[in-house]
Amino acid sequence: MREYLVLRVITKLLFPFILLFALYVQFHGDFGPGGGFQAGVIFAASFILYSMVFGVHSAQRILPEGILRAGIAGGVLIYASVGVIDLLLGANYLDYSPMAAHAKEGQHLGIFLVELGVGVTVASVMMTVFFTFATWREE
Amino acid sequence: MEEAIDIIILGLMTATVIGIVVMRNLLAVVMLSGIYSLLAASIFVALDAVDVAFTEAAVGAGISTVLFIGTLALTTRIEKRPAHKPILPLFVCIVTGAVLMYGSLDMARFGDPNATTNQHVAPYYLENTKKDTGVPNVVTAVLASYRGYDTLGEVTVIFTAGIGVILLLGSWRRGLRTPAPHHKDEA
Repeated sequence: MREYLVLRVITKLLFPFILLFALYVQFHGDFGPGGGFQAGVIFAASFILYSMVFGVHSAQRILPEGILRAGIAGGVLIYASVGVIDLLLGANYLDYSPMAAHAKEGQHLGIFLVELGVGVTVASVMMTVFFTFATWREE
Repeated sequence: MEEAIDIIILGLMTATVIGIVVMRNLLAVVMLSGIYSLLAASIFVALDAVDVAFTEAAVGAGISTVLFIGTLALTTRIEKRPAHKPILPLFVCIVTGAVLMYGSLDMARFGDPNATTNQHVAPYYLENTKKDTGVPNVVTAVLASYRGYDTLGEVTVIFTAGIGVILLLGSWRRGLRTPAPHHKDEA
């Protein structure tokens, strides 16, 4: 898509704002609509847009396959280990209350970490699926 | 006013579905299904379910469309004509639809405070979310805290989907797919 100047310029312009919006949705999920699932998808969508205009390989220079695979497993790992930390602190699995001085702060921290895990896994899976489909015919 | 909006959106959804059924150009079908998801997201907004609408717009209208287009790039863009007449599938669809409509007659009215679903755990969540978690968005509190175990399961499902795609189509298979040129090079 070398010749589409407008698409290239607009994509470059929009890319940081989509990323910023994804981060906003990720970390503002306690207060407004949103959360890890939506944020992960928006984050992935920004990279998918980028790779549709500039080619999959330039997108993969930023996020190589290895990092995405680590993200797929890492997100679930973050989520599950929050539960294990709660167990070690003497509460039930995924009961975040003892993670901070006050129960409410603990809940906030737990929800934050859990949503982060969701976002990382969802974004990595979406990008992996797209990149895999897009490079399937190449050799 | 709200009912008029609902009727207009549902009418547009029906028109989209008819378009999807009639069309043979799969790229147009994918575009229409993206529009269908966007209309569904609008319905969710009209029902005050903004979190669900957000997900539907991002996943249904955004990512699914892109993945379908990716699939079309790997397969073909024109649907083949079916070899047989669609009488039996049509019959099955009509019967299933009629049964579902009959079932919906017994459903509680939307937003009915005396409905069973609104009597069970929902009042507890609405009363105690602020006290227990201090999170203003009840949906987030239920998803991530009260039902954290279920959400862990959901993330595991997405994890499994990703692993499945990597196993079936991932780059580690490249060597398996086209072994012939390598052999020629060596020879």
